[in-house]
Amino acid sequence: MSQVESNKLSGAAAPDSNSVGPVLSVSGVTIAVRTEDGVREVVSDLSFELGRGETLCIAGESGSGKSMTSLAIMGLLPEPAAFIKSGSIRLGDQDLASLSESRMRRIRGNRVAMIFQEPMTSLNPVLSIGRQLIEAIETHTSLSRSAARAKAIEALKAVRIPDAEGRLKQYPHELSGGMRQRVMIAMALALKPDVLIADEPTTALDVTVQGEVLELLRDLQRENGTSVILITHDMGVVAEMADRVIIMRHGRMVEEGRAADIFARPQADYTRELLAAVPRIGGGREAVSAPPLTPPDKGEGDSSRDANAPVASVRDLHVRFDLHGGFFGRVDRRVHAVEGVNFAIASNETLSLVGESGCGKSTTAKAIAGLVPYTGNISIGGRDLVGLGRDDRKAVRRDVQMIFQDPFASLDPRMRVGDLVAEPLVIHGIGNRQERQDRVAALFERVGLSADQMERYPHEFSGGQRQRICIARALALRPKLIIADESVSALDVSVQARVLGLLKDLQREFGVAYLFISHDMAVVENISDRVAVMYLGQIVEMGTRDQIFSNPRHPYTRRLIEAVPIPDPARRRERFARLEAEIPSPVRRLGDEPTKLRLQDMGGGHLVAA
Amino acid sequence: MSSPAAPEVHSRPMTKPRPGVLRKLAQRPLALIGLVIVVLVVAGALLAPWLTKFGPDEQMFDGLTLSGEPLPPNATFWLGTDLLGRDLFTRILYGARTSLIIGIVANGIALLIGTLVGVVAGYYRGWLGSVLMRFTDLMMAFPALLLAICLAAVFQPSLWIVALVIALVNWVQTARVMFTQTSSLAEREFIDAERTIGASSARILFMHILPHLIPTIIVWGTLGISTTVLLEATLSYLGIGVQPPTPSWGNIIFENQTYFQAAPWLVFFPGIAILALALAFNLIGDALRDILDPTQRGRS
Repeated sequence: MSQVESNKLSGAAAPDSNSVGPVLSVSGVTIAVRTEDGVREVVSDLSFELGRGETLCIAGESGSGKSMTSLAIMGLLPEPAAFIKSGSIRLGDQDLASLSESRMRRIRGNRVAMIFQEPMTSLNPVLSIGRQLIEAIETHTSLSRSAARAKAIEALKAVRIPDAEGRLKQYPHELSGGMRQRVMIAMALALKPDVLIADEPTTALDVTVQGEVLELLRDLQRENGTSVILITHDMGVVAEMADRVIIMRHGRMVEEGRAADIFARPQADYTRELLAAVPRIGGGREAVSAPPLTPPDKGEGDSSRDANAPVASVRDLHVRFDLHGGFFGRVDRRVHAVEGVNFAIASNETLSLVGESGCGKSTTAKAIAGLVPYTGNISIGGRDLVGLGRDDRKAVRRDVQMIFQDPFASLDPRMRVGDLVAEPLVIHGIGNRQERQDRVAALFERVGLSADQMERYPHEFSGGQRQRICIARALALRPKLIIADESVSALDVSVQARVLGLLKDLQREFGVAYLFISHDMAVVENISDRVAVMYLGQIVEMGTRDQIFSNPRHPYTRRLIEAVPIPDPARRRERFARLEAEIPSPVRRLGDEPTKLRLQDMGGGHLVAA
Repeated sequence: MSSPAAPEVHSRPMTKPRPGVLRKLAQRPLALIGLVIVVLVVAGALLAPWLTKFGPDEQMFDGLTLSGEPLPPNATFWLGTDLLGRDLFTRILYGARTSLIIGIVANGIALLIGTLVGVVAGYYRGWLGSVLMRFTDLMMAFPALLLAICLAAVFQPSLWIVALVIALVNWVQTARVMFTQTSSLAEREFIDAERTIGASSARILFMHILPHLIPTIIVWGTLGISTTVLLEATLSYLGIGVQPPTPSWGNIIFENQTYFQAAPWLVFFPGIAILALALAFNLIGDALRDILDPTQRGRS
């Protein structure tokens, strides 16, 4: 229905897709950056053409120069630090590389538009979206205010935003991430540009929303004949969207070809590596890393404890945050982040918590790590944390360590990495200086770094290396449970695969249990023994990996699995699973308690909410 | 499955050690001017007894005309003499000692109080943070000069009391800045990471928050010196600062202001001295802020 509506509203603007010549041609473009060590090329001699109505995906890992390329086309390179050294970017018969800023401004947004990764930061938070849309239209056309307003409403309807007219008055923070990205798309497409550059447009979105946004982009492109350059690191998105693909690495084009060819017959070694590293849903967990059924023999100190007792168990966990409002700033609403969660983790086991943003999975992790206040019971190594004194609590907490999502933010930038890894030992008074030094060196070697890197600072390492440092730090106290909160989400796929491999190796070696928190279903399938699916603060389904992925019972679990883009163009979907409505807010008024879901055992420990 | 030793792509090259802050300061022309002025003033204050043959309180017979008027600048008295026949150049040199002592001591105390209040309020938040910051706001809203006058009226004016009074007035801005910085630092993920390894609050504060504040402390320290010197001059000018015969740049102006028409040099030279020192510290502070701010790095 909305399909019909947007067709009608966008008019008969679809141009003839057979018209001659490329819309955009980039030839021999070299982009350089001025650094302290002189001028360095970040994109070297890049050439490609973009046909009318075509979708070209530029794929590559961080540092491949894909974003620089898009900024160069938009004339948005941060000059003078970065500049186009040579080559031309032709849009029709104009060379964009040599245009003045004022002429470029007329083309930007009008003939070439761009949408960015993070829709919250690309919209002005203090202006209503209506005003931003109308201003964008007025800048490039001679339409009157009321005509521009009508066009803005039309644009919002085209991106399937319900109640478009009412939305004009709303501010960016009042919209969800998916809605904001749709507003960005509406803004970009309102003027029917020839070329739309989408730089990681769905990376910041939840997977179910991602599907919708991709589908929307595809439909709008088909209707308007817009040419799209889609920049992404996600091979699943590439497979879902691309007509042609360019694979980039270190600023150079490694391979170019039709999407089907690239996926079926990759020519370059790098492309093959990249595709091999992509976690695939349905791939299962490699047999080699299957955990032994009985926990391995534990060394010293563990004999006193029952081997079958869970490493950590969580009973009836609630986390609520008070919101103050009203004239006197009294508590009038609460965020019900976690609502009665129960699970247990055995040693040597990986339990994954999955769900979309706001479902409470990270809050659960933080409660177990002692970072947020909670109610309910958390016991670690058989000891309940409630009623323990400060020192006892510290001793019990030793057994739980955490690895955070962003390895750039979770290490103190002013400390040497060796000191950072040694710090847990210092805090818990383990060993003397020399022993600690030796232990840290051993940890560095174990996680795949070299011991002579201990004197360096965090900023001297890449993302993957930093995450290895975080892992070494988490391992320093020989914990029984490591919480990995989206720990591989910020990493490139090839690095991600290696870090996941390291985590599995460490589990086999130390028998540590993982609570693995992720939104990425493919990664979860790869690493988990058991999986718990969270929705609005509650677990809706929990079971072994096979139970969840081969036989999902709850509709939400199914939607989550179906929404994951598959890195195979042959299995491209016409329609993504669509949400009937937005996920409701976990913010509730006082006294308005959410209904508790009751989990039923479907056999073999497969729990599903009724 | 994967060889952990496999090199990861895009690892950054080792960064070169940064050249010293002082060298970077000297590379900026404005900051260099500031440095030169400060060095001259410090040298003048320290070497005063050797730079001039007169004493600061010494009244010279030939320092006045026969009809009792002060002398304009001449070969013997380089900057002229004052109403009591004292050498103005000598008094300004000795006055620099007062100004620098106030600038360093008063400012040091202000910095200490401000940092303490700001960091504690920013890290602990809650009711303690609220009480501290509301008190800071109250102090901020209260006219600083009025407060200084009240305090100076209660205590017997002396150099150290003046320093204390100035410190009690000047800590508020520092506290505000430290509060914002600390509360944003406390939100950073690495602080959460420290908590999960069991770090105590004291350890987090001293090992992981204070080191990040050092650039701010240095910058506010230098900028604060100029404010302090000016406030001392103002207080002395109002007659509640450093008491005569001890010279300070402010009270030299205060003593001589009524004769501005007849002997303009008596107000002009100490005025220039105050202006130059305040400007010098401001220039250095501005440059330090740019040099120590990592987000500014790499810009020209």
